[in-house]
Amino acid sequence: MKRLPPQAGEWIDRGKPLRFTFEGIGYEGYAGDTISSALLAAGVRVLGRSFKYHRPRSVLSLANHDVNALMQVSSCFSVPNVRADVTPLAEGLRATAVNTIGGVARDRARFLEWLAPFLPVGFYYKAFHKKSQFPFWERVFRRTTGLGTVDFSARRKGSPKRYAFCDVLVIGGGPAGLAAADAALRAGARVALVDENPRLGGSGLYNLGGADGERQAEETRRLAAIAAAGAVVYVSSYAAGYYADHWVPIVTPGHVVKMRARAVVVATGAYEQPAVFRNNDLPGVILASAAQRMLARYSIAPCKRAVVLAANDDGYRAARDLAAHGVEIAAVVDLRGANSRGAVPPGTLVLEGHGIHEALADSQGALRGVRVAPLARDGTLDGYQAREFECDGLLMSTGWAGAAPLLYQAGARMEFSAELQQFVPAACPPGVYAAGRVNGVHGFAQKLRDGAAAGRAAAAQSRKPGSVDGAAPSCRQERAQSGMPSHPYPIFAHPKGRNFVDFDEDLQLKDFFNAAQEGFDNIELMKRYSTVGMGPSQGKHSNMNAIRVLAKILGRTPGEVGSTTARPMFHPVPMSHLGGRGFMPERATPLEGRHAAASAVWMPAGQWQRPEYYAVENQTREAAIRAEVAAVRGAVGVIDVGTLGKIELFGRDAGAFFERIYTAKFAGMKVGSTRYGLMLDESGVVIDDGVIARLGEEHFYFTTTTTGSATVYRELTRLNAMWRMEVGIVNVTGHFAAINLAGPRSREVLAPLTALDLSEATFPYLGAREAQVAGLPARLLRVGFVGELGYEIHVPASGAAHLWDQLMKTGAAHGIRPFGVEAQRLLRLEKGHIIVSQDTDGVTNALELGMDWALKMDKPFFVGQRSLEAMGRLPRKQALVGFTLDEPDTGMPKECHLVIESDEPAGRITSIAHSPAVGRVIGLALVAPALSKVGSTLNIRIDGGRMVRATVSETPFYDPKNLRQKQPETA
Amino acid sequence: MTCPINGPRPVSEFFYHGELRPMPDPQAATDDAWADYVFNRNGAPGVKREWWYHLPSGVWFIAERDTATDQVLRTYLYSDAVAEAVQ
Repeated sequence: MKRLPPQAGEWIDRGKPLRFTFEGIGYEGYAGDTISSALLAAGVRVLGRSFKYHRPRSVLSLANHDVNALMQVSSCFSVPNVRADVTPLAEGLRATAVNTIGGVARDRARFLEWLAPFLPVGFYYKAFHKKSQFPFWERVFRRTTGLGTVDFSARRKGSPKRYAFCDVLVIGGGPAGLAAADAALRAGARVALVDENPRLGGSGLYNLGGADGERQAEETRRLAAIAAAGAVVYVSSYAAGYYADHWVPIVTPGHVVKMRARAVVVATGAYEQPAVFRNNDLPGVILASAAQRMLARYSIAPCKRAVVLAANDDGYRAARDLAAHGVEIAAVVDLRGANSRGAVPPGTLVLEGHGIHEALADSQGALRGVRVAPLARDGTLDGYQAREFECDGLLMSTGWAGAAPLLYQAGARMEFSAELQQFVPAACPPGVYAAGRVNGVHGFAQKLRDGAAAGRAAAAQSRKPGSVDGAAPSCRQERAQSGMPSHPYPIFAHPKGRNFVDFDEDLQLKDFFNAAQEGFDNIELMKRYSTVGMGPSQGKHSNMNAIRVLAKILGRTPGEVGSTTARPMFHPVPMSHLGGRGFMPERATPLEGRHAAASAVWMPAGQWQRPEYYAVENQTREAAIRAEVAAVRGAVGVIDVGTLGKIELFGRDAGAFFERIYTAKFAGMKVGSTRYGLMLDESGVVIDDGVIARLGEEHFYFTTTTTGSATVYRELTRLNAMWRMEVGIVNVTGHFAAINLAGPRSREVLAPLTALDLSEATFPYLGAREAQVAGLPARLLRVGFVGELGYEIHVPASGAAHLWDQLMKTGAAHGIRPFGVEAQRLLRLEKGHIIVSQDTDGVTNALELGMDWALKMDKPFFVGQRSLEAMGRLPRKQALVGFTLDEPDTGMPKECHLVIESDEPAGRITSIAHSPAVGRVIGLALVAPALSKVGSTLNIRIDGGRMVRATVSETPFYDPKNLRQKQPETA
Repeated sequence: MTCPINGPRPVSEFFYHGELRPMPDPQAATDDAWADYVFNRNGAPGVKREWWYHLPSGVWFIAERDTATDQVLRTYLYSDAVAEAVQ
C-alpha cells in the first residue's frame, strides 16, 4: 500500500515525518497518522494476533474497535493494550503486538488454532469445572490468551478531574450531531459537542460516494465551522457513559470532564457490522467505512484490487470512493437480489444475489482472493458454483448497528425495526434525544434534518424542562427514506468453519449453535456462556450478529430475542484517568502542635489524627504507654479529647427530646449535673454513647463518640424535623476544644487556674459547671472514663493551646504527663467501660452489654425501647463479659480472636491488654450466654491455632466501687 | 435534586435516609407488627416518599420519587407534609 497523492482535507501532515518502530523494525509515518494507518501505509499487513487462536489480524474498523491490533507501546514506560487504530503516532514510539509468543509474524502460539476442535464453546467453564484442575488451566490460559503486560515500574500519573456545564450536550460530531449543535446554537443554547475523532465531521467527510460527495463534505465543513465557533468542542474525546440527570463523563486525552447538561443529543452514529463467512478475519478484509476512512483521512489506498461485498447503498458509495482514488474493483458482490444495485463506475462487474463463500489467505496469512458463490433461495451459499476472484482487499458493507449504549444507559426504550433491521429508540427519557444513524436515520440530508430537529428540541427542553415531549422527535419520515441499510442475515455457514462472529474472542458461527444446543439459548445466557461481546470491543461488532444467529436458531425475530445492555465505559478508560488524588480530609484539633512538640505518635480515629502515645527517647512504645498509665493512676495526666462530638440543645422540649433519644432519664436531672446515655437505633442496637450535661433548664451540652458526631447530629436533626418538638440543635464539635485532666492530683493542678470551688461537696462526681479556667470561659464535667478523679474541660477552640500550656505548667510540680489513646484504652478497660463500635458491632443490642442500669425501660418512649422490650422476652444471643487470662505466658490473644466451645465459635475478644493495676491480662469479650457467668472458662484460639484459657470475671477490674473518682480533697 | 430550601443542587450533595414509614404505636403494636416496621422494607418499584438530607446546609426533607424511573416528582419539608395531612 502506498500513500495516495496529497488531497484536500487529509489528516496527515506530510511536512512532519515521524519515525517509530513496530516489532523492532523501523518505519516512518506522518504527524496525524495513527499507529495503524502509518503501518498500513508502510505496507505492513499483519498488525496483531487474535485472542484465542492467534490468527493473523489487522485493521477492521479504523474507528476504535480494532481489538486485534492492540499494542504494547513504550515511551518512558510501557503501556499495554493501546488501540493502534486510533492512537496518534509519535516520534520515537516503540510498539509491539500484544499476546504473541515470539512476535506477530511468527507467533509460536499459532499452533493453538489446530487445537480448535478441542476448545469448544464454554471451554473456560468446562475446564474450571473441577477444582483440582483449576491451577493447571489457570496457568495455561494466562500464558496463551490475554492482552498486554502491565509495567509495574510505571509511575503514578495524576489526572485532574474537571467540571463543566452546558444547556445541550451533543455527543457525536458527524452530520447529525453538527446539525443538532447548529440548531441548538441558533436557539441560543450553550452547547458542548463531543467527538472521539481528532476532527469534527464524521462520515460527512469520508462517506463521499463520488459525485455529490464534495457538496456533502462542503456542507459538513460549514456546520463544523459553526460548531467550532459557537460551541465548546471536545475532540479526541468520548462520552464514556450516561448517568442520572444528564451527567456525562467526557474522557479527553488528558483527563475526565464531568459534564452536567440540561439536555443531551445522542448522535453517536452506528458501528458498521461485519458479514460472517469463512476467513472473514483475514488481514485485508475490512469494513467499507474503514476503507473510506483510510482514503479520506490518511490518503491510503486500502488495497490494489478490491472486492466489495454490499447489501446497501453505502457499499456502492465505498466502491465509487475506491474508484475515484484509482483502486481497481474486481467485483461488487451484492447480497440482495436483482434490481437493487447502486451506481458503479462503468465496466464494474456487479454480481447480484451473490455472497462470499470464503476468503483465501496467502502464505503470510493475509487476503489473496475470495470465492464468490450465488445465493440459494434459502439464503445459503452454493459452494459448488463458487468463482474465485483475486484481490488484496475485501470491503464489507452489509449493515449497521446503532451505537446505542448511552441511550440504553439513559433508559431509552429500544425496539427492533424490521424495515431498518436495526434496534432504534422507541422512546427516550425526558431531555435525551437521538439523532442520525443511532436513531435509524441513514441518508446525509435525512441526518441533517433529524439532527436539527433533535437540537431544537433539546434547546427548548434545556430552557424549560418538560416543554418538549421526552420521546424522540418524529423521525418516521427520515427513517422511511433511509432505504434498507442493513441486511437481515449476512451470515454464512461453511463446512470448515472459521467464520467468525466475534473477533475479540474468536467465536465462530458453530459455537453459537453448540451453545444453544447445550441449553444457553437466551441472549443473556448465551453471552455469558460463549463470552460473545465480553471482549475489549464489548460486542460492538458481534452483538448484532449474535442476536441474529440466536433469532435464527430459535425461529424468532431479533426484536423478540432482545439485546444485552452495554454498560459504561463506552471505550476502555485509562486507569490514570479514573484514579484521582485520594481526597480524605483529615481533621486536627487545635492542640496538634502541642502534641507534635511532645513527640506524639499519631493514629487515625475516624477523620481525626490522634496521639496514640508520646514517644520517649530510648524507651519502647510499651514502656512509654506504661509510664503514661502510671502517671494517670499515680499522679495526673492530660489527654486531648477535642475529637469527641460536641452538640448543644436548646429549647423548652430539650429535656423531653433527650428522653426520647437516649436510654437514660432526664426528667429529674438537675442543672449542673451530667448523665451517661446510650443511643440506640430502632432495632435496639447501640449506635453511640455520650455524656449529657444540663447547663440550664432549657440548655444541654453533650458529647458523642469521636466517629459518631456527624451521623448523630444528622439523625437528631431528622428526628427533630419529624417530632417537631421545641428544640434547637447546634453541632459545636469544631468550636470547642476539650481536655481531660485525670488522676488523683488533678484537683491540685486545676485549682490554681480557676476561682471555682472544686471541693467534692460543691462540685461532686458527675457534676457540670461553667466557670473561668485560665482566663477562658470553660465548661467542666466531672467524668470518670479512665476511672480517676478527673475534669473534662471544654473551652473555645482558640483557647485550647493556652489551657494546655497552663495545665502543663501548674501540673509540672505534680508530675503531669500527656497521655495518648492507647493509654486511655487500657485505663478505661480496667474500669470495664465500653467503647461503642469496638466492644459492640452493628448487631450488638443494648441488652447484651450488661449495662441494664443505663436502660430506663420504664420511660414512656425512647428509640429502640420497643425492640429491647420484645427481645427481652427472648433468650439472649450473646453477652459482653470481662475476663482475665489464666496463664499469660502461653500466648497473647488479640482483638477479634475467637472463643471456641465444642469446636464451634462461641464468641470473640473485643478488647484486651495487660493491666499493670490488676497485674493480669484483662479483656472484654462478646460470648455465648452459656459462657457469660463469672468463673466460666473461655477457650480462645490465638494466632497459629493454639488455644489459651481465660476466666470470666467481674468488671470493673479496677476500683469496683468507684471510690477513686469521688476522692475528696486532701485538706 | 431540588432542596425545598436551597433549590436544585447536584445530587452528590444529598444523603438518602430511606423511605418515610409511619411508626406504629409502640404500646399497641404486636411484636410481629413492630418487627415488620423495624426490619422489613418494601422494595417494589413505585412512587415512594423518602427522607433526603442536604448535607452542606443540613436540611431534611421529603422527596417523592418514582423508584422505577428514578424520577423525583416533588420535594417538600416534613412539616409541610404534616400540614397537608391535617388539612
